[in-house]
Amino acid sequence: MTIDSSPTHLRDETGPFFGEFGGRFMPESLIAALDELSAAYDDAKADPEFHRELAELHRTYTGRPSIITEVPRFAEHAGGARILLKREDLNHTGSHKICNVLGQALIAKRIGKTRLIAETGAGQHGVATATAAALFGMECVVYMGEVDTERQALNVARMRLLGAEVIPVTTGTRTLKDALNEAFRDWVANVENTHYLLGTVAGPHPFPVMVRDFVKIIGEEARQQVIDMTGALPDAVVACVGGGSNAIGIFHAFLDDPDVALHGYEAGGDGVDTLRHAASITMGRPGVLHGSRSIMLQDEDGQTVDSHSISAGLDYPGVGPEHAWLASIGRATYTPVTDAAAMQAFRLLCQTEGIIPAIESAHALAGAIQLGRTLGEKATILINLSGRGDKDVETAGAYFGVLDAGAGA
Amino acid sequence: MTAAGVIESPVASAIEASRRSRAGALIGYLPVGFPSLDESIDAAVALVENGVDVLELGIPYSDPVMDGPVIQKATQASLDAGFRLRDAFTAVEKIRARVDAPVLLMTYWNPVVQYGVARFADDLRSAGGAGLITPDLTVDSGADWLTESDRTGLDRVFLAAPTSTEERLRLAVENSRGFVYTVSTMGTTGARAELGLAAEKLVGRLRSVGSTSACVGIGVSTADQIADILGYADGAIVGSALVRALAEDGVDGVARLAAQLATGTGR
Repeated sequence: MTIDSSPTHLRDETGPFFGEFGGRFMPESLIAALDELSAAYDDAKADPEFHRELAELHRTYTGRPSIITEVPRFAEHAGGARILLKREDLNHTGSHKICNVLGQALIAKRIGKTRLIAETGAGQHGVATATAAALFGMECVVYMGEVDTERQALNVARMRLLGAEVIPVTTGTRTLKDALNEAFRDWVANVENTHYLLGTVAGPHPFPVMVRDFVKIIGEEARQQVIDMTGALPDAVVACVGGGSNAIGIFHAFLDDPDVALHGYEAGGDGVDTLRHAASITMGRPGVLHGSRSIMLQDEDGQTVDSHSISAGLDYPGVGPEHAWLASIGRATYTPVTDAAAMQAFRLLCQTEGIIPAIESAHALAGAIQLGRTLGEKATILINLSGRGDKDVETAGAYFGVLDAGAGA
Repeated sequence: MTAAGVIESPVASAIEASRRSRAGALIGYLPVGFPSLDESIDAAVALVENGVDVLELGIPYSDPVMDGPVIQKATQASLDAGFRLRDAFTAVEKIRARVDAPVLLMTYWNPVVQYGVARFADDLRSAGGAGLITPDLTVDSGADWLTESDRTGLDRVFLAAPTSTEERLRLAVENSRGFVYTVSTMGTTGARAELGLAAEKLVGRLRSVGSTSACVGIGVSTADQIADILGYADGAIVGSALVRALAEDGVDGVARLAAQLATGTGR
């Protein structure tokens, strides 16, 4: 074994802290469960049988590796840059969320838990968790903000069809952050038989690291696929950022490639000059929320501020600690994209390439349009198309006024 | 001897005094600013006048993961009415001017981080507060609070849970000053008809690692439960039941409930 003197092995961070971010700020009642989870995860990580089982599930159930699609007609609107989509939208259940869910469900099985609980915003993580619970024969309860159950009614029905119980959360702002609070409360009361299958790279240690490890397959596949296609690394890698799981999933493999720019696009809502946005890194400051120190939208007293995005999956006032760290050291750049810009990019991809993206992923597409115009036609941009837009047809249909009278809401 | 043992604790003294004269201490929780700042102060004073030995004032927070529906609703109402952190220091100061019982603040950690841990400790000290109960800050994540509470001589109450390992119970006992908050049952705050045996077992485990001040909270709502708890612990903590009485019957109602609960201490 050789010792590399290079100080920049950004990929090697395993927590609990990423720089000043991360840690474990949780009620004592949950510490034993977090310790148990950390130990089980370390054990699984070292067990070839675990990796074999997860890889087999991905091959035969998720549909991995996901393909890369080049989108030249879309790219004409992005300065002529070469644009490649990593098609996580084609995964079983329709988004990248299944990667994390299958990994954690296998861990839950290893430690003998029989009940999975989850929070969900857009419903993608809830659907993925309900799917895994059905596959492994486990009980499943999904907490979803009441506001989100209304704007993502189709995903609520999907979860119920899969046998999960969906509990609308009516406390606080009735969105994703409150769904996390309710899931933590459930976990405190039922920790003996229950695994909290947290859906993003936030929360207390070991969640940010463990979830990152389960989604980093996205970037590992894509890095090789892009090299095979183009003979080189991409100039930029682009993703939308809510809690940050799809973004860390595609960024991670490139962290130690200094020539590859990493761009995260946050939900700018009505604009960051208004109060209606979810641009945590752009407009927030460091603090403690949902068990870790990161960057979040908050008032002077440290009360979490309501976020807004047309995309339920990005409507979260915090972000995972690894992103806060990557922003603080300048390795990744985070920029807000408004609802309006995201929806224009959404329609553009539909009409130029025949792909209906999730509105979350449309934020990455909008960011790539701006970035492509800056980088010019020689650049290659890799975008994580984190999910498909089936769940968003009603929202987008209403937004663009294409629902026939009587057919819509 | 740890630092926690050499600084005099007003809360530990109050609990000890109640142990000498009665079965033990009654600790009462109310959130600041509910239903209004003035009424929350009057209600806290009424608790002490009706037999509560130690006050626990809750700082309303947007994301209270340890709290059940009754306290969530009250703290959200306080936030909606415009609660600011400085109101907590005002409340402590005004309560201390009227009654002698020690006053702890119960707070989630982010408001303290944003205020500045040192500044928070100084201002709480100046207001006459006794210290902090920190439901989402454990000893192993609380280095800066350990430092600042030692510097200012404030009490610090950490939690112990039925699932805590021996090693973690020892950590909580050695670093708490005032008392160890013994979580009676796995779950969030809120009245429960039955408390079960978990609390008694946990207090026994805390004693075996050296605790001299263990108070039991979560789910406690009746004088009978208090009398039962004080058979093995040093104090009993009541929250949601008091908040509900304040919400439904005002300051007079919460005063009546406090007097009734205090009979459980042998008053």
